[in-house]
Amino acid sequence: MSIILDKVNYIYSEKTAYEIHALKDINLKIDDGEFIGVIGHTGSGKSTLIQHLNGLMKASSGGIYYNGQDIYDADYDKKDLRRKVGLVFQYPEHQLFETTVFADVCFGPKNCGLSRKESELKAFTALRSVGLPEDYWYRSPFELSGGQKRRAAIAGVLAMEPEVLVLDEPTAGLDPKGRDEILDQVASLHRERKMTIILVSHSMEDVAKYVGRLIVMNHGSVLYDGMPKEVFAHYRELEEVGLAAPQVTYLMHELRKRGIPANGVATTLEEAKQSILQAFAEKNNRK
Amino acid sequence: MLRDITIGQYYPGDSVIHKLDPRTKLMATLIYILSLFVFRNVAGFAAVTFALVFIIVLSQVPFGFMVKGLKAIVIILIITALFNLFLTPGDALVTFWKLKITREGLKNTAFMTVRLIYLVLGSSILTLTTTPNQLTDGMEKALRPFNKIHVPVHEIAMMMSIALRFIPILIEETDKIMKAQLARGADFESGNIVKKAKAMVPLLVPLFISAFRRANDLALAMEARCYHGGEGRTKMKPLKYRGVDGVAYLVIFGYFIAVISLRIWM
Repeated sequence: MSIILDKVNYIYSEKTAYEIHALKDINLKIDDGEFIGVIGHTGSGKSTLIQHLNGLMKASSGGIYYNGQDIYDADYDKKDLRRKVGLVFQYPEHQLFETTVFADVCFGPKNCGLSRKESELKAFTALRSVGLPEDYWYRSPFELSGGQKRRAAIAGVLAMEPEVLVLDEPTAGLDPKGRDEILDQVASLHRERKMTIILVSHSMEDVAKYVGRLIVMNHGSVLYDGMPKEVFAHYRELEEVGLAAPQVTYLMHELRKRGIPANGVATTLEEAKQSILQAFAEKNNRK
Repeated sequence: MLRDITIGQYYPGDSVIHKLDPRTKLMATLIYILSLFVFRNVAGFAAVTFALVFIIVLSQVPFGFMVKGLKAIVIILIITALFNLFLTPGDALVTFWKLKITREGLKNTAFMTVRLIYLVLGSSILTLTTTPNQLTDGMEKALRPFNKIHVPVHEIAMMMSIALRFIPILIEETDKIMKAQLARGADFESGNIVKKAKAMVPLLVPLFISAFRRANDLALAMEARCYHGGEGRTKMKPLKYRGVDGVAYLVIFGYFIAVISLRIWM
């Protein structure tokens, strides 16, 4: 059970003056139950990449295999693929259209051919799992605040019960509280339902805190692919392509430079705290 | 998918035609269109064809790019051709049932088809070599005299440039919403007309909302920059005629006189 990308290339507006080679020979293997972060500068091909995962965009060359089946096979059920690989676009609240939030969340499951009752059941579970309070469910989606709209829209994808959830910058334009809430809920989907999560983000802090594997895109190719710690150890190279490591990583490097033997590759606040405390404990013991 | 629409698309380039003042190009297009309806014999046709080929070569825009614009008028072309072919009175060449094809009809059909094709090709050179902004700038300046009779020239030009500017944005937005709904299992292709129309609701509602939101944001941004209409407004890049524009005007008028004389004396 996995997604395999084999030498995927994508070229926008091929053979015109506007030709852009957006993906160059991408090889990836995404296993079940992974929590993957994708980072990259604007225009690095992140969004193009994730739209290939559910078959919305067709690679100019190369192959994509979902659970061992070639998704470009003529008889492959594309609609089923879109159900299994749920894709939440950037600013997903712009896709809301129904009269009530609940009806909007039912749209996905209904398109999958489920009965009204089943759809409503799935919508119910989905709205619960994004933590949208029940008194908003029967209001017009346009009355909701930005963060609530975003949750309603994410619920709209979750209601199809995908096996893989792909989120394109789910926290863009939200305040820190709304951002943490949404990411915590995504993390709990990963923990509790064993969903494979692919998170596209601009925030190094976010990806460092949540993901188990980090893919760095640059000019349409994969620059680094590994654990966040390994990737952020290359923080100088990351800076060269317009990215950065989480701020605590810099702090730890700075501390080590000044002679405090703290672990240099801490990427989250918690890790940093642990290693600083440890360093001080060792210092005190030596006295 | 929707990005492939080429109507009114600008083809970046560095040719003489690209560098001409938009007013010159507007005038040239107007005269070219007039000339299309002036010629009525083979000599005139040759002159117009020569002018068109000359301009296409000068513009350095690939010919295939222009032909794309013709696809949009294929149906109009066929209908016009059929009407001209069957409904022109004159010497009957072929008659079957109540329809007859006449000598005059044949000639009319040929000229009409050529005129329409040339019309689209010629005017597409204008939009392919001029950015929408230049185009509206040119229109605003060329039509300024009408301000005297209280035609809101600046406002019309502003509305046009905003409308043109919004076309690619809305196309992109449609593309995005379409993809988002496809990701939720929406189906825009299968089913009968009623089903297809219903399937458009999840696309149109968000599109309208986003268009209104954008319009609102834009109005606010313009007000915040103290926009108050065209009175006393200056341009960042004022239009200025250069030597090459003078030459172009001479060529255009020479061409027009030639086409008229071909009609009168040949």
